[in-house]
Amino acid sequence: MKIGVCLKQVPATDTRIRINADATAILTDDVKFEINPYDEYALEEALRIKGAGGATEVITFTIGGADADPRIRDGLARGADRAVRIDDPGLAGSDSLGIARALAAALKAEGVGLVLAGRQAVDGDASAVPAMIAEVLGWSQVSWVDKFTVSGEGFTAQRAAGGGVRELVAGTLPAVVTTDKGLNEPRYPNLPGIMKAKTKQIAVKKLADLGVDAGSVGAGAALVTYTNMGLPPARPAGRILGGDTASAVSELVRLLRDEAKVL
Amino acid sequence: MGNGILVYCEFDNGQPRKTAYELLQKATSLGVGPVSALVIGGGDTSTLGAYGAGKVYVVDSPALASYSTGAYVKALAAGVAASGASTVLAAASSPARDAFPRLAARIGAGLGVEVTELRNEGGNVVGRRPVYGGKALVDVNVKSAVGIFTVRPNSSPVSAPAGGSASVVNVEAGVTDADVDVKVTETVAPANKAVDLTEADRIVAGGRSLKSKEQFDSVLRPLAAACKATVGASRAAVDAGFAGHSEQVGQTGKVVNPSLYFALGISGAIQHLAGMRTSRVIVAVNKDAEAPIFQYSTYGIVGDLFEVAPLLQKEIEKLG
Ligand SMILES: Cc1cc2nc3c(=O)[nH]c(=O)nc-3n(C[C@H](O)[C@H](O)[C@H](O)COP(=O)(O)OP(=O)(O)OC[C@H]3O[C@@H](n4cnc5c(N)ncnc54)[C@H](O)[C@@H]3O)c2cc1C
Ligand SMILES: Nc1ncnc2c1ncn2[C@@H]1O[C@H](COP(=O)(O)O)[C@@H](O)[C@H]1O
Repeated sequence: MKIGVCLKQVPATDTRIRINADATAILTDDVKFEINPYDEYALEEALRIKGAGGATEVITFTIGGADADPRIRDGLARGADRAVRIDDPGLAGSDSLGIARALAAALKAEGVGLVLAGRQAVDGDASAVPAMIAEVLGWSQVSWVDKFTVSGEGFTAQRAAGGGVRELVAGTLPAVVTTDKGLNEPRYPNLPGIMKAKTKQIAVKKLADLGVDAGSVGAGAALVTYTNMGLPPARPAGRILGGDTASAVSELVRLLRDEAKVL
Repeated sequence: MGNGILVYCEFDNGQPRKTAYELLQKATSLGVGPVSALVIGGGDTSTLGAYGAGKVYVVDSPALASYSTGAYVKALAAGVAASGASTVLAAASSPARDAFPRLAARIGAGLGVEVTELRNEGGNVVGRRPVYGGKALVDVNVKSAVGIFTVRPNSSPVSAPAGGSASVVNVEAGVTDADVDVKVTETVAPANKAVDLTEADRIVAGGRSLKSKEQFDSVLRPLAAACKATVGASRAAVDAGFAGHSEQVGQTGKVVNPSLYFALGISGAIQHLAGMRTSRVIVAVNKDAEAPIFQYSTYGIVGDLFEVAPLLQKEIEKLG
């Protein structure tokens, strides 16, 4: 079985956000990009499954420009066998469904039997693409998984259910699974891995290569638009409660009860 | 557009969750047409009318007893179609996060997840949501005939029910066991009975400064219990093994939205703030007066948390 890992680059989580002039996106000129943290868990899980003999090949899939290649190389250095990057001007302005359609086509073309993806990309935080891939492919899906085992055609997983409850679930492949923190500890690339990655292939595909109808992706097909992006309102300056600890604490409790009315 | 709003109401032990009431009242206040409720599986629907639902669409089948994506998405699609609503609202719960993107793809609906604000713009519902872990906010405008929004719990207050009753419409969705694609084999209850972080109204969170799991358990957890709060933790505390993964608050943990958030010995790193900055009241306790968390806190005490926490616990216990 081949495993497909969806790998997106996102601004490093310590990035200070600046917004463009038409308030539709952030400015990225001096932003440092990293692999989406949840995709690191997805890649790690795929590598472990392959390591245990459960897969023959781990392929990463990315929609993005050549500027994503350093992150893709990072994935190859950690142990992915090869990478597919979908890069086509027709994808500009896609919403999650457009992205999912293009990824689904590429995953299908490579014949993967299991897709591992992040629970969300920590840029747009949409948490939507993997479930949409599963719908497009007509596969099972499990979201927010922190334990996962494959055996033959079957799998078991532990996922977050409502109210802090975790559910153990069982299903059959093919499936799309999204990763939550706690699933594993991602490895980092080592020197031999980095050397080896230089010879691994990043195949760049166009929509036409994948048989994706250009009318089903991009701005024209998007069902939502994002406007009016802004920074969150600043919080008013807080109050430091002075005096000795005991009086600060009783003043705090009084304020929480009488002023803020939260106790 | 304007066939009204359908609110997917989640149930817990046969009763609507608080989020159902929150969303019904929010939907009513938007004034874009009739408000109805969608209930999957059985439950006591008698209170939904008083919170604003004119009709309650019920999809029931033994195959819906526990959550599975296949059965639920099929049931949701049938309920949405039966209602003819142009806007669907649901709480951003774990099952909703799983089901609604798939539903959106199936029925060709535009999706805005985890919105924290909704407004009526000329009869269209527009959502506003945090992105980049809450470091920015953006409007989500729907272009399709149906729009779906999942709404972060506690985004708007629940007020006393206005009264009224709803008629029940049973929807036949043809859901059978064959639709249960991924089966639940076991449920693992949370270690303590506290409300889940994402829905919690009060949170007591601790950081690396707690120094050990023993101290996290003996200093922070009893304080949380006294406050009737859910426990949260910084990533540093989680990575050090003081708290569970599911207790992490932040950009790569849970995003929370309580009325009251205590940050004890948490520096206020940008990734932590991302997860809790919308809390209504933030209390910071930190021995470093320069800690960034103080710039975001409503009230702060500069001091040693090992002194502050027990005193605070006693004062709160006195309130009863
Ligand atoms: C990709 C990525 C994702 C991340 N995601 C998250 C996330 O989701 N959530 C998150 O929280 N972090 C996240 N982080 C980590 C984040 O950058 C910080 O490292 C982390 O939040 C720090 O935790 P802390 O405040 O407990 O520890 P520290 O930053 O070490 O702060 C400890 C604080 O405790 C104070 N202190 C020490 N002793 C006492 C005492 N006795 N009494 C009172 N105060 C005391 C100190 O003055 C200090 O301010 C992420 C980082 C990365 C790179
Ligand atoms: N452009 C992309 N390229 C590759 N994978 C993606 C892309 N967008 C989303 N994904 C995958 O889908 C997951 C969830 O993303 P999202 O739905 O955008 O929050 C990510 O963690 C990735 O695994």
